[in-house]
Amino acid sequence: MIKFSEIKKSFLVSLWFMFLTFPIMVIRVNPIEKTVQWRWRNMMIIGIGSFLLSFVWRFMLERKESGQKKADVFGIHKISFIQRILQEPKIYIPLLIVTGVFAIVFPFIFSAYQTNIMITALMYVMLGLGLNIVVGLAGLLDLGYVAFYAVGAYSYALLNYHFGLGFWTVLPIGAVLGVIFGILLGFPVLRLRGDYLAIVTLGFGEIIRLILENWNEFSFGPSGIANIPRPGFFGIEFSLQSATNYIYYMMIGLTLFTIFVVNRLQNSRIGRAWMALREDEVACQAMGIDKTKTKLTAFALGATWAGMVGVIFAAKTTFINPASFTFLESAMILSIVVIGGMGSIIGVVIGALILILLPEYLRAFSDYRMMLFGAILVIMMVFRPQGIISNVRRTYKFQGKQQ
Amino acid sequence: MEYFLELFLGGLTRGSIYALIALGYTMVYGIIELINFAHGEIYMIGAFTALIVASVLTLFGLNQIAILVLASITAVIYSAAYGFTVEKIAYKPLRHAQRLSPLISAIGMSIFLQNYVLLAQTSDFLPFPSLIPDFEFWEAYSHIIGSAELVILITTTIVMILLTFLIKFTKIGKAMRATAQDRNMAMLVGVNVNQVISMTFIIGSALAAVGGVLIASHIGMINFYIGFIAGIKAFTAAVLGGIGSIPGAVLGSLVLGLTESFATGYVSSDYEDVFAFALLVLILIFRPAGILGRSTTQKV
Amino acid sequence: MNNHLRGLFITAVMVLVMIFTLTGNGLTAEMIKLGVAGAHSGDLASYGIPSVKAAKLVVEDINAKGGILGKKVEILAEDDVCKPEVATNTATKLLSQGVNVVMGHICSGATKAALGIYKDSKIICMSPSATNPALTQSGDYPNFYRTIASDDAQARLEVDFAINVLKFKKIAVLHDKGDYGKGLAEYAKAFIEKNDKAEVVLYEGVTPGAVDYSAVVQKIKRSDADAVIFGGYHPEASKIVMQMRKKKMKTIFISDDGVKDDTFIKVAQKYAEGVYATGPKDTSKNPLAIAANEAHKKEFGAEPGAFFLNAYAATQALLNAIEKAGSTEYEAVSKALRTEYVETPLGKIRFDDRGDAIGVGFSIYQVQNGVYVELK
Repeated sequence: MIKFSEIKKSFLVSLWFMFLTFPIMVIRVNPIEKTVQWRWRNMMIIGIGSFLLSFVWRFMLERKESGQKKADVFGIHKISFIQRILQEPKIYIPLLIVTGVFAIVFPFIFSAYQTNIMITALMYVMLGLGLNIVVGLAGLLDLGYVAFYAVGAYSYALLNYHFGLGFWTVLPIGAVLGVIFGILLGFPVLRLRGDYLAIVTLGFGEIIRLILENWNEFSFGPSGIANIPRPGFFGIEFSLQSATNYIYYMMIGLTLFTIFVVNRLQNSRIGRAWMALREDEVACQAMGIDKTKTKLTAFALGATWAGMVGVIFAAKTTFINPASFTFLESAMILSIVVIGGMGSIIGVVIGALILILLPEYLRAFSDYRMMLFGAILVIMMVFRPQGIISNVRRTYKFQGKQQ
Repeated sequence: MEYFLELFLGGLTRGSIYALIALGYTMVYGIIELINFAHGEIYMIGAFTALIVASVLTLFGLNQIAILVLASITAVIYSAAYGFTVEKIAYKPLRHAQRLSPLISAIGMSIFLQNYVLLAQTSDFLPFPSLIPDFEFWEAYSHIIGSAELVILITTTIVMILLTFLIKFTKIGKAMRATAQDRNMAMLVGVNVNQVISMTFIIGSALAAVGGVLIASHIGMINFYIGFIAGIKAFTAAVLGGIGSIPGAVLGSLVLGLTESFATGYVSSDYEDVFAFALLVLILIFRPAGILGRSTTQKV
Repeated sequence: MNNHLRGLFITAVMVLVMIFTLTGNGLTAEMIKLGVAGAHSGDLASYGIPSVKAAKLVVEDINAKGGILGKKVEILAEDDVCKPEVATNTATKLLSQGVNVVMGHICSGATKAALGIYKDSKIICMSPSATNPALTQSGDYPNFYRTIASDDAQARLEVDFAINVLKFKKIAVLHDKGDYGKGLAEYAKAFIEKNDKAEVVLYEGVTPGAVDYSAVVQKIKRSDADAVIFGGYHPEASKIVMQMRKKKMKTIFISDDGVKDDTFIKVAQKYAEGVYATGPKDTSKNPLAIAANEAHKKEFGAEPGAFFLNAYAATQALLNAIEKAGSTEYEAVSKALRTEYVETPLGKIRFDDRGDAIGVGFSIYQVQNGVYVELK
């Protein structure tokens, strides 16, 4: 049964929210026409809504806390249901096959529109995995990741415009330019720690965007570059439908390639060095890891993917302008990494699919979708701060005679 | 020379607005090491509340001074309330989570609040009544610095002095400093840390509201998006001065405001923001903890 | 892995081509599908929503009369938030719903991104508001039409007015760094530079949303310009005008269509007095325009928003062309758009070979006693 004190608490919460939202929700002024509109109905909705929601909120919070306590007391790491699936070959292999078959037949079942948004989602999977190297593995908070994305997109647009270079030629060039810019950003920020790093990367992202916006002679300014060709395939001209499908399969291939590389990197010497750096910089140096080199490779390798996806982005939309590379985009990619679960590849993949497809399917609620998106970010973090799939740390157990 | 003076005073005014917002960032950061991305939105909500209250009161036919005072007080109260609530909902449950989770929560909160105001009010720019009157005695100098700018400078100075007093000499100020230095130790000596954190959010948000009301009545219009840009700039200023340090935030804001003003005046406003961020990068290269930040040697 | 995929892909393409050649003809529906795309949510929604309303009014009218070619018209409204990357999704969504013609998109950037898709699928697209000159002048988009004049025409008018009518010698050109504003300012600058009678004393971009513009205003004052030509929208324009007047500067302010909005006067109030702005020719005496505005008031209970009449005219022009062409087939409709005149709220219009409307032009307005008055 719900106790009286609970009801009282919820009642107070609802009173507080009615007070809080009063000026913004109830009164709508029009200073131009000099009229005021009173919307008392909104106040009622807020009151009842917050009263009910506060129960849910407290219940969820309690559940989360009791779960944590249990884990603390028994010293066991609760392994979630999804992780158990992932560790069981009998389950995950068929699952993988089903996903694979689904991915391959996807464009045949669904319309070009669905394929198109799936391409976008896959692009963000790659971006998320790239940023995951910097943030998830090396623990360097990068708020300007979109800068490398812009570098890739503009390198294809400009190289194609001036020299007529094709997509497949520019794809590696975009990646290399990403690396160069990654190192360029990496050098000055080597000494910075934590949030200082965050703001400098944010500044770097903004500088790149502002230059693209203002330097008309170089980048054509805010009106952008149009008529960027879609990817070619040995000179065959595609219709729109097959071009979409082509990009889709190319993205599937590239995503698999990314997953493969990131997975190998994670377990490599350099991957271990990143994780050591993330956990403790001083101890990591004491172990003889070259901090400079490790940080720079993290930035460079992270930027590679952004550069590559930038090229694909330009080829897919056929038009780019600086407005696509704002801070919000960086925040979006970072949210993918954190919501998915930092450092976990499968988590980032799921995170990207959810965060990109969600607003697209929320189109029905078009007005409310950004507000819902914001709310979902908060709720996700409050109740599952470790992300959808938290990275299971590799542990080694001593299997001795310890009865 | 007059041109220089005009740019200087213009930059100082802009800097003081940044300072009012930056203080909120730096205080929160000093205590819980969180970049409160929703802080810019609190500033926007302050400005909106003032606009709504002022419009309603104008209909009741109050005189200008009364409107100014009442609108500002309501804005400060509401901003403080929003700051308090945001902390309770989005950050408090995350006290012990890994460092990036509260950051994403803050970004989510910022998007949420922006769209909340967009939907509940409007996406259009609304004219903000010029609450600050034009002083007659200042008429002769108004081509160099207008009365509104003068009021901004004076108000900011008074607010800074009050804040310094609060931090230095009151009980809550001492508790705040203690919590900033070492949260666990503060808890051990009997500081109610949760209360201190709430207080920090309330004070920071109230300062942002003051900034919101001042700037809105100076430039004469607001929309739901003003908080985002001002927030990013103020955050830059806070880091420039050394995040966590209160005099640092003020100094950083003034430096940023002046840089922008002079960059526009003597070079070009096209690259105004590029100068601002380039300055930040340069200063951080030579002083990795900001101008006034303590560079802590990490203990092992 | 990649080789395997490539093989798969080739078969995939072949299968697809077959499927689509087989089903392509089967898609002819009984309805004529009119896509309406643009910003219907977000901060630019106020530019996009009026176009949906205009399309609704026209279509209701036509369906009440029995439709065209014996078919009813159906509206497919899709949101692109004015972002190029979303616009491509919007365009493919419209295509997969089997759209026949598109009225939209609203912003030039989004329009360019979407046009790439419409062009390949031979879909005609008519924008009520995308003013970027390259859209028609580059010749890249044969399927594009618009019922609004392009930026360079507007810039030309502003510059001629400042130099020939007002006889100014020193002109400052400002813009808001945006797609629309900067494009316009670039043209204005080029036109002034070509003219010997005047010079550009200042060319600057202001940051939209910045806390204040005092430094830029000081700079205008120092440049001693007679007039400012501003490319951009009304929020920035009113901030600059207000700060200039508060500093007791008498510099004349000339701006564009984005400022020729009643909100500008209501925000800047007394400071707006005397400001010049270019805008579409006065249509308030056109009986069709009066009827359209009345219909909007009756249906939605408010005054129509930005680009309403342009969207109204665009919808009428598209549907008229389909009727005259006798089908929704690309070539026939294109020909009808270029040869057949149609009566719209903007006047009697047809389209030239590049896709610009003939019969739609700009004139200069000035704020006098709190309203925009057309200068003849």
